[in-house]
Amino acid sequence: MTSATTDAPLARLGRLMVDNPLLPLVVLLFALIGVLALLNPAILSMFWASNTLKIAIPLAMLAACQTLTMLTGGIDLSAGTAATVAAYVTATATPLIGAPGAIGIAMTCALAIGMVNGVGVAFARVHPLIMTLGTGLIATGCLLVYQRSVISTGTEYPALLVWLGTGRTLGLPNGLALFIPFAILILWAQRRSGFGRLLYAIGSNEAAARLSGVRVWQVHLALYSLSGVIAGLTGLLYLGMVKTASLSLALPLDLPSVAAAVIGGTSIFGGRGGYGGTILGALILTVLATMLTLLQMPEGGRRILYGAIILAVTALYIRLTDRG
Amino acid sequence: MSPPAALLDATGVAKRFGAVLALRDASLQVAPGQVVALMGANGAGKSTFVKILTGALKPDAGHVRIKGQDSTVASPAGARRSGLVPVYQEPSLIPDLSVADNLRLGDTPVDRFRHWVGALGLPGLRQDALIRTLPLASLRIVDLARALAVEPDVLLLDELTAALPTDLVERVLSVVRAQADAGRAVIYISHRFTEIAAICDRATVLRDGQTVGDVAIAPGIEDTIVEMMLGAPVTVAARSARATGAAASDAPRLRVRGLATGTRLTDVSLDLRQGEVLGVVALEGQGQDELFDVLAGNRRATAGTVEVNGKPVAFRHPADAIAAGLTLVPGDRAHALLMQRSVRENIALPLLARLGTWGAIPIGAERSRVGAAIERLQIDTRAQGEVRRLSGGNQQKVTIARWIAKGVQTLLLFDPTRGIDIRTKQQIYVLVRELADQGAAVLFYTSELAEVRMACDRAVVIFGGRVVDVIDAADADEPTLLRAAYGLTATAGVPA
Amino acid sequence: MMRLIGGNGWTIGLAVLLALLLVATKAIQPDFGPSGLDNLARSALPFALATVGMAIVVIAGGIDLSVAAMMAVASVTAAVLMDGASDGQAVFAVLAVLLLGLGMGALNGALIVVTRVPDIVVTLAMLFVWQGVALLILNAPGGGAAPWLRALAVGGVTLPGVPPAFTEWLPRGVVFLAVVVAAVWLPIRRSKLGLRFYAIGSDPQAAFRSGVSVGPTRIAAYAVCGLFAALGGLSVTMATGIGEPIPGPYLLASVAAVVLGGVVLGGGRGGILGPILAVFVLRTVRMDLTLLSVDPNVAAIVEGTIMVAVVMFGAVLATRGRRG
Repeated sequence: MTSATTDAPLARLGRLMVDNPLLPLVVLLFALIGVLALLNPAILSMFWASNTLKIAIPLAMLAACQTLTMLTGGIDLSAGTAATVAAYVTATATPLIGAPGAIGIAMTCALAIGMVNGVGVAFARVHPLIMTLGTGLIATGCLLVYQRSVISTGTEYPALLVWLGTGRTLGLPNGLALFIPFAILILWAQRRSGFGRLLYAIGSNEAAARLSGVRVWQVHLALYSLSGVIAGLTGLLYLGMVKTASLSLALPLDLPSVAAAVIGGTSIFGGRGGYGGTILGALILTVLATMLTLLQMPEGGRRILYGAIILAVTALYIRLTDRG
Repeated sequence: MSPPAALLDATGVAKRFGAVLALRDASLQVAPGQVVALMGANGAGKSTFVKILTGALKPDAGHVRIKGQDSTVASPAGARRSGLVPVYQEPSLIPDLSVADNLRLGDTPVDRFRHWVGALGLPGLRQDALIRTLPLASLRIVDLARALAVEPDVLLLDELTAALPTDLVERVLSVVRAQADAGRAVIYISHRFTEIAAICDRATVLRDGQTVGDVAIAPGIEDTIVEMMLGAPVTVAARSARATGAAASDAPRLRVRGLATGTRLTDVSLDLRQGEVLGVVALEGQGQDELFDVLAGNRRATAGTVEVNGKPVAFRHPADAIAAGLTLVPGDRAHALLMQRSVRENIALPLLARLGTWGAIPIGAERSRVGAAIERLQIDTRAQGEVRRLSGGNQQKVTIARWIAKGVQTLLLFDPTRGIDIRTKQQIYVLVRELADQGAAVLFYTSELAEVRMACDRAVVIFGGRVVDVIDAADADEPTLLRAAYGLTATAGVPA
Repeated sequence: MMRLIGGNGWTIGLAVLLALLLVATKAIQPDFGPSGLDNLARSALPFALATVGMAIVVIAGGIDLSVAAMMAVASVTAAVLMDGASDGQAVFAVLAVLLLGLGMGALNGALIVVTRVPDIVVTLAMLFVWQGVALLILNAPGGGAAPWLRALAVGGVTLPGVPPAFTEWLPRGVVFLAVVVAAVWLPIRRSKLGLRFYAIGSDPQAAFRSGVSVGPTRIAAYAVCGLFAALGGLSVTMATGIGEPIPGPYLLASVAAVVLGGVVLGGGRGGILGPILAVFVLRTVRMDLTLLSVDPNVAAIVEGTIMVAVVMFGAVLATRGRRG
């Protein structure tokens, strides 16, 4: 279809991206920082770097939900809602029953959302996109009802979450204290645990996994439950960061979390990618967001850009793997 | 009178899929008034040739002329315009549309269609019936009537009668013959020699992607055609020592009685003993796929029993079969492999499948087990990356190595040597024998008849969904097997 | 079960269910009358039009997740073009919006065919893109609508010479819906294009062998879906008099109505009448919950749960169908 001249570099680029998926991302990240420096040299500072990290952490955590589900060929569009639910419940229940109880209830809610997704995907075999969209909608409805019942109690933010969300130690955001162990755990699990292997196996070839004796429903159920828990955790951290309990708290993270995973090289069809790329993807998107703010790009333009990035990267991967 | 110019003339057709040369030099000429049988054993390139003739695929070399014009169009619609109408093996009717809508979709004249449906023995067919509510036999008739209604110059019929009851077969055959007598050309593909003898004028035989012969049909021509399909008699290559009846006294490892799936598998019984390699021989689509799927827990049987070591089993999931020691190497490697993952991950997959193995992977133990399997199968792991970069032979070794690493009890091999190089094939024969000698039982379906003598102890022959013959490897020369596979022996119904 | 859903029995069943629900409504609220019906029709109209569009792509073997976002684009475009425009100019505005809908849908379809990325991923990316476009056109609800256009869908039917008591029961919204569907879908359904939609949805391979060019047919199906999305967007503007840039909850609702209406996810089966009836069933349930003075948020949860359950049921049926 294409001429031989464009074929060779594309194929080479494909090899490069498959063998060293993180290298082009690092290059891209520094290129963006370079452009930012050209646009406004004054902006680059230690404080800016630390701030960028702080903003990127919740995004990277929510993008873990997308990465893990995408490894199996799924997606979790309810992650943002699960995060919001966890945050809102924590903020409103803390004045009533104290922080530990509130956090416990919040995480149970997030887990429940994930389990409903898991049941729909594992047993009814609903496409994860539709299923998670549906549970997201229902959870938002539940949250509205809940809001009515707690409207008078006021809100309180557990001190630990505020410390994690806004504090700094040695110039670095405290959020790293949660994020670094979290990231190490995910990176370890995707390479060195049986569960992680099965995610790749199912995304790569579900029929082959089944023939090898994998009971796919078990993996789906566990995966979406885990995704709900991670989303809940993200919500807690985000609550400490923004210190407002709103019903659209994590909404701005929803779309970028998908984009971060896709940019990070995780295939939306499954079987390929990993969390390392997603972390870089989240950093790239955060830097990009700074740049778009600098350029005064309206919200609409950003959405178009994110959508276009997702489509373009996916189409590019299809091209590359077809040739492989 | 000079011979009439061929209505269809295909010469020197070649087609390559990646590394596989499916067709190298296929030719076919059909003159007006003739019915020509297109024949070939499994893997001879017949289906690729049919796709090229009907415009569904473009040839790499050679030409296809219909009525003397170069058929350059690469679509079924184009072939139709030039006068060739096919009736494919699988029905090409839209299941969710009515008969009338299907006719409208292909611009088929309704009056003539109605005439042909009547002539073919289905006068009561309702035009508003949904295709998916019709039985398979009626679909074949509708498909054929639809093709006849456009009055094509060349008619291509691919395994048309496979799903038809006998009375309809007779009508169809006489209609097809009448088409040729009216001056049209017919290409007739069938596994049934009796039909070919009844209506065909000539037979064109394909082998290894090449046209190797073109003979006039006459009484007793079957043997000649079988010989052509097989080629020069193959000398039996390195056949390793076989277990000679030592294990035969044992109770069977696997005992199958009256197995059916409600589709192509109708009634299969067989015994597989420990230490035995039992071959399965069948033409394409005789129920062997379903047999292996049922044994591997990938599909449920509708009738019959399976016993493993004397205990009755009914698998609901491949995991159940694996727990009972039955492990499948499927026919299509693409169904077994995680193409984007490494050799190690592919081989280790069954080790991690259970819920109890979701935690930390014992890396050392995994490495040694996988390493041993790689060593034993001599897998070339220089391409350290993804499995899809390996050669076909090495990929096949990975699918087998997976079960070596897990531990083999009963191995179900579905055509494990299809499309791989000769050296790897030999390695697989040796390995299969070694596994059997170490106490495994192996069920070995092969589309290459010569392999039965090289790798198996006995072979069951399946035709029309039931076992029609059991042949000892010593007697399993290719002509015997092929005749049996075509249902030409009279010893049907022998219990294995 | 499958046969029941495939035949007309299912559609008749839905009609009976709708009639029973309306009787129940009258029982709950004895003064339920023409204005109640008008409200029902007006609220159902955008849902019904989105559902018709979705049903067409699902019949053709696809899915369009961007349906609600395209409606938003159409709604704001119409509102911006008609703001302060004369009646004559408004006609051109309506035509422009309809063309825009065709174009958006065709672009969705073309991207699916050209990039070979699965429909569900392409339309997810386009969902973000169209959301962004809508926000760029109109950042907040605003604009206007021509009064004659609003009159098309609001109120009861009045015929000259016939006493209003006879005709006021029939909401204009229903008439509008019937006219639009009859004008657009019936000619397609009767033509070969409609057959081709069913053919590629039912069995693309057999369709190809029957001489159908699959790619262009798929693009056409998405274009028709875009047209109905544009009509849906127009109906939003007609009902409210302004343009609404944030997509409404039409995506999940349309998928649920399509499934409940007897169109099998995966393609080839079902019609348009069933999904339309399903929309009215779902809207009537919602209305009855409101009339029973159930908290509207609880009503939303109930509705969402019904929709998710319906989609799960549909997915189970579709999986069974593939296996059988």
